[in-house]
Amino acid sequence: MTSTTTQTTTDSPVVLEAHNLRKHYAVKRGVFKPMATVKALDGVSFQLQAGRTLAVVGESGCGKSTLARSVTMIEPPSSGELHYDGRTVLGRSAAELKELRRTVQMVFQNPYGSLNPRKTVGSILTEPLVINTDMPKDERRARAVAMMGKVGLRPDQVDRYPHMFSGGQRQRIAIARALMLNPRVVVADEPVSALDVSIQAQVLNLMMDLQEELNLAYLFISHDLSVVRHIADAIMVMYLGKPVEHGAKDVVFNRPRHPYTRILLAATPRVNPALRVERVIPKGELPSPLNPPPGCSFHKRCPFATDRCAAEVPALRPVDDRLVACHHAEQMT
Amino acid sequence: MPLLDIKNLSVEFTTRAGTFRAVDGIDLTVDEGEVVGIVGESGSGKSVTSLAVMGLLGSNGRIVADRMNFGGTDLLTLAPSKRRKITGKDIAMVFQEPMTSLNPCFTVGFQIMETLRVHEGLSGKALRHRAIALLEQVGIPAPETRLSAFPHQLSGGMSQRVMIAIAIACNPRLLVADEPTTALDVTIQKQILDLLVRLQKERGMALILITHDMGVVAETAQRVAVMYAGQVAETRPVADLFARPRHPYTGALLDALPERALGKRRLPTIPGMVPGIADRPAGCLFGPRCRFATDRCRAERPALTEVDNGRARCFFPLPDGHLGAEGAIQ
Repeated sequence: MTSTTTQTTTDSPVVLEAHNLRKHYAVKRGVFKPMATVKALDGVSFQLQAGRTLAVVGESGCGKSTLARSVTMIEPPSSGELHYDGRTVLGRSAAELKELRRTVQMVFQNPYGSLNPRKTVGSILTEPLVINTDMPKDERRARAVAMMGKVGLRPDQVDRYPHMFSGGQRQRIAIARALMLNPRVVVADEPVSALDVSIQAQVLNLMMDLQEELNLAYLFISHDLSVVRHIADAIMVMYLGKPVEHGAKDVVFNRPRHPYTRILLAATPRVNPALRVERVIPKGELPSPLNPPPGCSFHKRCPFATDRCAAEVPALRPVDDRLVACHHAEQMT
Repeated sequence: MPLLDIKNLSVEFTTRAGTFRAVDGIDLTVDEGEVVGIVGESGSGKSVTSLAVMGLLGSNGRIVADRMNFGGTDLLTLAPSKRRKITGKDIAMVFQEPMTSLNPCFTVGFQIMETLRVHEGLSGKALRHRAIALLEQVGIPAPETRLSAFPHQLSGGMSQRVMIAIAIACNPRLLVADEPTTALDVTIQKQILDLLVRLQKERGMALILITHDMGVVAETAQRVAVMYAGQVAETRPVADLFARPRHPYTGALLDALPERALGKRRLPTIPGMVPGIADRPAGCLFGPRCRFATDRCRAERPALTEVDNGRARCFFPLPDGHLGAEGAIQ
């Protein structure tokens, strides 16, 4: 079952489809203990349309970054299917995979760490072209300069080094680099969380402008719900490697059906007192992914948990225009 | 008389590139039992202010102030040995990165007991009991067994709870929390903020909360100081400031929040950048980025002047707290 609820909005083509993605890591626990399995990603399905943004939210350890690494083919998933433009990723040769990787690019969280300090902006931006195309040098440089203009950097800064730029400008460089190969999908892993509020607004505006101009699809990973509410079309809330609620933005934000979504919304600090939601105080901390609780993985922190939650894993099912994995979703109004 | 009374505090750092004034003439008062929030973007001088209050600046930092009183004691002329008796006891601090501010080589218990040994002269069983009671107060489960845990065995939220336990160990009259929740997840952030506010109320402590997150200040503080380029741009009671900002910088900062832009596709932004060492304008420091700047703003530095229930550093405070339909976009 794929998320039918999120695709009914428009008829723009699906550029990325993930079906039941799983990524399990084997970890050592000690010399005499057997290997344990961490289910970093445990059955994630979604569809992403051109020109749309799917936001993935959740706390650290929920599998957001593993999802990004699987989708960008940095690491192959343990099982599950990935389709780009209808072409499956599984079973491709190395050459075909290289070709496919051009359709999906990534913007990382920390612009201070993701740009090579020894390279000029020009060589950072032309590197994807050197590796992936046989474009002549002059053309590559012209492309880089044109892209700088597009993301709001001055073309005469092309020979500068990353340390000569501010955090917001560096994130513009990182976005420019991701766009050099004309990708269809951009995976942005917390792209604004390292930036100040006023700079964050500039980068969000830039991302939305580029999306409109280039018809890009964004997989936007963030923990900041107010940013997500601004930029996303659809939302997937994850907890311990599994999606717990997945649907259109307004549906999920205005009528959350999963207790975890409600707690996240209530815990987000608001400037406007009128927007503050009733205080559901979250209990405890994220359980260890090595040893997740039986039944619903959220039941130990959930204020609404019953005996059934401790025994039975809730399936992701359609309730009230979205998908939700909670036994008591109907009562959450 | 306020508990902490600072007048015209400046902090200068001597670097190879010259002298840099990170904090430029700020006034700050904190009453007994009051929660004061300091907000500002990176480089606005909020952390340096807190380090100056704590007396933890490096050797290249120089403090100049007209007045710096804490509970009747003049901190400016106090001998270092006496200052050390106040720091960590009457004024305590919680730092930003819980994972790196605990010493990885010592157990949690040792680090809590160290403070109690130095400042309260406790030892033996009494010391251990106090440490356990403190861990209990900050909501750490099974505190007896946690005493022998090392910091790497704790999660970020638990580490921050331990940091808070150390900070409140000697019943401080003032707690300075510098970005206490920035490195934590939202649900854990909520727990830590609730804990800080509960402790503050129970003990009647004054709390200075330093953060870049407007939402955190709005929900926690009673009074807010907004800092820009080393100066206080505006200081008002929390409800007034967020409902009707009077300084254009505060207004622009609030408008840039996605939370306030519901329904709008583009977020209003603030053009330009915070002035650095070399390019400080002659007039108002925010002038070059301000939509309302006049010739007077470009020539003259405004002073902090009285404006409803607080003060703002602006010649032309926003009349109704709004930037107008265009927002801050020029």
